[in-house]
Amino acid sequence: MENLQVEDRLNLKAKKFLMWLFIIASFMMFAALTSGFIVYTEGNAERGIKVLLPKAFMYSSVIIILSSITAHMAYLSAKGLQLGKQKLYILLTILLGIAFFYSQFQAWQALYNSGAYFVNYNASQSFIYVFSGAHLLHVIVGLFFLIYALIGAIRTIPQVRNVFRMEVASIFWHFLDILWIYLYVFLLLNQ
Amino acid sequence: MASTAIHDSAVLHQHDDHGHDHGHHKETFITKYIFSQDHKMIAKQFLITGIVMAVVAMILSILFRLQLAWPDESFPLLETFLGEKWAEGGRIKPDFYLAIVTIHGTMMVFFVLTAGLSGTFSNLLIPLQLGARDMASPFLNMLSYWLFFTSCVIMMCSFFVESGPASSGWTVYPPLSALPKAISGSGTGMTLWLISMVLFVASSLIGALNYISTILNMRTKGMDMWKMPLTIWAFFLTAIVGVLSFPVLVSAVVLLIFDRSFGTSFYLSDIVVAGQILPNQGGSPVLWQHLFWFLGHPEVYIVIMPALGITSEVIATNSRKPIFGYHAMVYSLIGITVLSFIVWGHHMFVTGMNPFLGGVFMITTLIIAVPSAVKTFNYLATIWRGNLRFTPAMLFAVGLVSFFISGGLTGLFLGNAALDINLHDTYFVVAHFHLVMGCAAIFGMLCGVYHWYPKMFGRLMDERLGYIHFWLTFIGAYLVFFPMHFMGIDGVPRRYYAFTEFAFMQEWLTVNVFITWAAIISALAQVAFLWNFFYSIFYGKKSPQNPWDSNTLEWTAPVEHLHGNWPGEIPSVHRWPYDYSKPGHHADFIPQTTPFSETMSSNLLHDFEGNPDAEHIQQEWDKEHASERHTPEQV
Repeated sequence: MENLQVEDRLNLKAKKFLMWLFIIASFMMFAALTSGFIVYTEGNAERGIKVLLPKAFMYSSVIIILSSITAHMAYLSAKGLQLGKQKLYILLTILLGIAFFYSQFQAWQALYNSGAYFVNYNASQSFIYVFSGAHLLHVIVGLFFLIYALIGAIRTIPQVRNVFRMEVASIFWHFLDILWIYLYVFLLLNQ
Repeated sequence: MASTAIHDSAVLHQHDDHGHDHGHHKETFITKYIFSQDHKMIAKQFLITGIVMAVVAMILSILFRLQLAWPDESFPLLETFLGEKWAEGGRIKPDFYLAIVTIHGTMMVFFVLTAGLSGTFSNLLIPLQLGARDMASPFLNMLSYWLFFTSCVIMMCSFFVESGPASSGWTVYPPLSALPKAISGSGTGMTLWLISMVLFVASSLIGALNYISTILNMRTKGMDMWKMPLTIWAFFLTAIVGVLSFPVLVSAVVLLIFDRSFGTSFYLSDIVVAGQILPNQGGSPVLWQHLFWFLGHPEVYIVIMPALGITSEVIATNSRKPIFGYHAMVYSLIGITVLSFIVWGHHMFVTGMNPFLGGVFMITTLIIAVPSAVKTFNYLATIWRGNLRFTPAMLFAVGLVSFFISGGLTGLFLGNAALDINLHDTYFVVAHFHLVMGCAAIFGMLCGVYHWYPKMFGRLMDERLGYIHFWLTFIGAYLVFFPMHFMGIDGVPRRYYAFTEFAFMQEWLTVNVFITWAAIISALAQVAFLWNFFYSIFYGKKSPQNPWDSNTLEWTAPVEHLHGNWPGEIPSVHRWPYDYSKPGHHADFIPQTTPFSETMSSNLLHDFEGNPDAEHIQQEWDKEHASERHTPEQV
């Protein structure tokens, strides 16, 4: 029995490691998209972003950084066995995540109004939609992880599992944060 | 806090019982054979699905070989089977020809040699050779198989849609693949191809994540990285290559889907279809090639590295000798892994890429010859003066080495940017990659099937049928692919429906007839394998626990399959996996589980990795037994 417990513990460690590997894989996807952008844009002087990036992207960045902080607070409270606080912070993170969604849609709206359509002969502008869209898909996945952690906290599942779910969710959420910052800075540098 | 943790993990354990069956959980037919989470069953599922796909892809290859050998003849039988739409008057139509070439390539590369090979043997061997109960996440493992299965079904479905399967080659270059109106195969069939590939990538990624995490986190006591069998090293590095390269294909495919269905212009520019000018402007088709080959080239190492790992294990076991240069083998695998990411441009020498860039890619490409040659020489040195046992698995392993050499040599020609101007897109390329990654990898896979069949099904395959299978396939494959080199040097282009229409190529028709007969004979040889494989599952000779006198951990697990692999405690590991024919030991193999204290007569000082106490004990023992040691009759 004792052995089996140790094995289960090790399994959780291995499962947490899966999350890190998944992060590497999805980072590679964005690395491919951004290098695709470079290869495409460098090919011809007529290509390039050529519009000012909407202000909404800046608001999105602030929102997602805030959500990263709340996600970390949720993780700390989970570790300190403060379930009430943990639930509150997860909820806050989820709300900020939804706000991020809204803000990104605003940004798309602004891009559209400024004439940078998705269907475009200058695909550098289409790339902006692809970057943020692929990132938003990841945010949806991140929200599921957060909801999963929230359900765990509400049902008061065993502490090791609770911390495990919380940790996985917050690792992924921080990744989403860093990923967005990377994409935003990348776009700013190519503006 | 500490007490909570202990209490919780007890609860956790009970909770976890659904996933982890320790013998007191009832299994139904569905949980055991269909939605199984047991890595051994998932391995068998991957293998059998892979074999089915291989048979389909092989039949497709015979179909287009018939067309190439007898372009003007009619085969009424074809019309009976394929219908008027694809084989009107018993002759394969050009559209269908392009489709079967495309699907043959896709199925062989992805479904057979990626999922069928890595999926089978990584799943089977990683937990068994490392001493783990199962994968890091058995659930994701099951998901990985079912995504793969779905992707196979979707690919097969594309044969039954109005416009036929995808037919722009397995590399699906735009603009051909991006314009549904360009050819019939770029319609619904292409859409299904893309959906199937996205599912396939998801499946391989999930699998690869699981393999890496399991290898890094779940090795048994004593199994440090440098005591892992070379199979595991190969699967590990293959999985790393997969994690880094497959996501890139997803990016490329996403952009292609936008071009196809939403009207964007990532890859499209200046196109006229049937006299109509398309609105798409400003795209770059070379962008697709960059993204595709950033996956595509590592993909060929995803295909060959597991085969190399399997071969290392089988050759050492059946030569009754330690693998020559274990560390060199690992470092050359690592070298191949790193280099695989910086050579993709050699597929694009003639796309108008900057010639300077071509030079860089040429140099990196040719450097790959170094680790590959290290591996080849190490195989030969392992076999050299070994106590060879020619089991079918061993023959296939030697066959792999042969194909790896003869196919690898032509890689030196193709990797050269100047020679490639003449050789690109000819049969020379076809011959090269079919030998070096097609035949070599499939031989590695068959070698693995023959060697680990007893582990999978508890029974042995028939050896005589195995020998027939090997010799017919080995000779047949050379007869198919060797003549293609000469066709390629003469400039015969690949993928053409009837190149004999060109007067100067007509002389190659007789060669085509010869190749097709060789292909038919090698295809028939596979019947011996299929019969042997499926018959032996039920009626094969019962296998002992360790049929090949092998050292690795999987042979210490009982023949009857348990969920959890070992009853009771997992064995711990004391030595590397290649102690074959060690001087001074009474048997010619010492399993990894045997501690050094039980093999005092054969221990060498360097076995102890600089542990002074152990060395001291050994020296004392050697002094006491100096008279018995090194007597000739002891070996």
